[in-house]
Amino acid sequence: MSGRSIAETFAELRSAGRAGFIPFIMAGDPNLDASLSLMQAAAEAGADLIEVGVPFSDPMADGPALQRSAQRALEAGTTLTGVLGMVARFRETSSVPVILFGYANPFLSYGAEALARDARASGANGVLCVDIPPEEADDLQPACAAAGLDMIFLLTPTSDRRRIAQVRARAHGFIYYVSITGTTGAGAPETADIAAMVAKVRAATDLPIGVGFGITTPTHAAEIACIADAVVVGSAVMRIVEEHSGPDLLPSVGDFFTRMATAVHDARL
Amino acid sequence: MPKLPDTEGHFGPFGGRYVSETLMPALAELERAYNRLRREPRFRRDLRGLQQSYAGRPTPLYYAERLTRSLGGARIYLKREDLCHTGAHKINNTLGQILLARRMGKSRIIAETGAGQHGVATATVAALFGLKCEVYMGSEDIRRQALNVFRMKLLGAEVHPVESGSCTLKDALNEALRDWITNVQDTFYIIGSVTGPHPYPMIVRDFQTIIGLETRRQARHALGRRPDYLVACVGGGSNAIGLFHPFLKDRDVRMIGVEAAGRGMQSGAHAAPLAAGSVGVLHGQKTYLLQTESGQISIAHSISAGLDYPGVGPEHSYLRDSGRVQYETADDEEAVRALRALAELEGIIPALESSHAVAAAMRLAPTLPRRKVIVVNLSGRGDKDMETVADYLGISVRPS
Repeated sequence: MSGRSIAETFAELRSAGRAGFIPFIMAGDPNLDASLSLMQAAAEAGADLIEVGVPFSDPMADGPALQRSAQRALEAGTTLTGVLGMVARFRETSSVPVILFGYANPFLSYGAEALARDARASGANGVLCVDIPPEEADDLQPACAAAGLDMIFLLTPTSDRRRIAQVRARAHGFIYYVSITGTTGAGAPETADIAAMVAKVRAATDLPIGVGFGITTPTHAAEIACIADAVVVGSAVMRIVEEHSGPDLLPSVGDFFTRMATAVHDARL
Repeated sequence: MPKLPDTEGHFGPFGGRYVSETLMPALAELERAYNRLRREPRFRRDLRGLQQSYAGRPTPLYYAERLTRSLGGARIYLKREDLCHTGAHKINNTLGQILLARRMGKSRIIAETGAGQHGVATATVAALFGLKCEVYMGSEDIRRQALNVFRMKLLGAEVHPVESGSCTLKDALNEALRDWITNVQDTFYIIGSVTGPHPYPMIVRDFQTIIGLETRRQARHALGRRPDYLVACVGGGSNAIGLFHPFLKDRDVRMIGVEAAGRGMQSGAHAAPLAAGSVGVLHGQKTYLLQTESGQISIAHSISAGLDYPGVGPEHSYLRDSGRVQYETADDEEAVRALRALAELEGIIPALESSHAVAAAMRLAPTLPRRKVIVVNLSGRGDKDMETVADYLGISVRPS
């Protein structure tokens, strides 16, 4: 199946007047087959994009939930090659755009051009590298652009006008706004603060804005959906994965996906 | 030789600023503040005053005559950083950074530590200025360096055990970065080595070059010339850069950085990314790393907690590839043997980190004529390592 592009997805969301739901799934936690099932469950629940986490041994921007999740994935033998294989299998049955979300070292160790080429061939649509700001993207961003992948960049509460301009100059697909000054999964951000910052970013770019970090409940997701173009939920997903195993896993996470997707999609009704 | 790093923090292909977006404005703020203050007379005067009256500088350049005679070759001089307040060269850097923190109006200090020397040096200057200090330390290192943990607590610092990954220095760095990402508005992160995102490798280097500047002056005074060889251990590499940097343009001065070969290079259990690693990105910098084929960071091993790091400062990666500095290794056994030799022959017990440099100098000296001069950076004293060394030698130091 050919994947929808990130731009097409946001255009459809915009014309439908609703926000998108972007779940994060750490590839390989507890194993790649289970992660593939979770991706399919996310697509069925109405996810508009899926972020696939590429595990790294030293995830300096992640809180405890995603650190433990990456650890479990690595202990299960997960590699970037394996993750790309899983994305390819997902793409056989779904057109939901996929973004690879990870850290510089596994990506650059694979090789910027090889990664861009193989990620595109697997059906991925974008790459987000937490520790590659625009200044250090001279290898990866052109390679992604040449292969037809969007390289997505972050903005944060600490971003001033200069940073917003720098990120805008390199960003494709959408802007990922990190809602808190902190690591993934840390305390819930104030919706009013996010609204103010989202407005500031909107004034500087036409790219859609996804908001993530610290969003755990349908109520909170719905609030964010009223001000952003998409809502990203990660640590909350992987906490459920951590707490459930065997036959329990898929229904528990699937149910959470459905509740979150519904909250986000219906927020502006 | 071009002036390095460049404006974006690169040493050739190495270094840079590979951090999450949250920290980019803070790094820019730090760089601006540092570039302003480094030239300011008051800042320089304050730092010089503390280096002298508080840290005990200048440290002596000592001729190790009995060690030299026992080896029969080049003369070995020791740059006695072990005599600095707190027992290692780390104080050179923490004094500089705490002055920066104060001038930037930051009220809270955080640090990572491996052997505990940097943690102690940070807790010390935080106490000196009455600032709140929190130190991240791997739980494995806390076990190995219990005395330094107690010292930090006496100095009023809070020590956070880090239980993730290998529970050593690299994980303490991750945790300190996470703290900084979370508390960036009021917190100053005092990085302890020439590692991390720009401008840290430059700032720490600049504060440590006092080691080499003094050595130049002292060698001129004692010998009437420059030394022939400089030898220093390399974990992150701050004591080595501090000694080497003021001599980089002197082509007649050869430099040897010594990495930890742990249980031996063949065993795989070592901490020598320059000897056996490959280029990658960790803790905000592009540099040589110990890593797997798929880009996961490998666990380093060394008997010395301060060298137990899978990366190395980016400037060392640059100096390695340019050939200006030669990098060698010494294993756990050689280090312990060097520690014992220095204790028995000179009455000086070096830190296990510095013992790696002593070991390399002991290999080198007999191959050279007596007119040659080797300066070894004795970066720290060995008191903190007594339990580790006793353990290694199979001796119990506690009454049973």
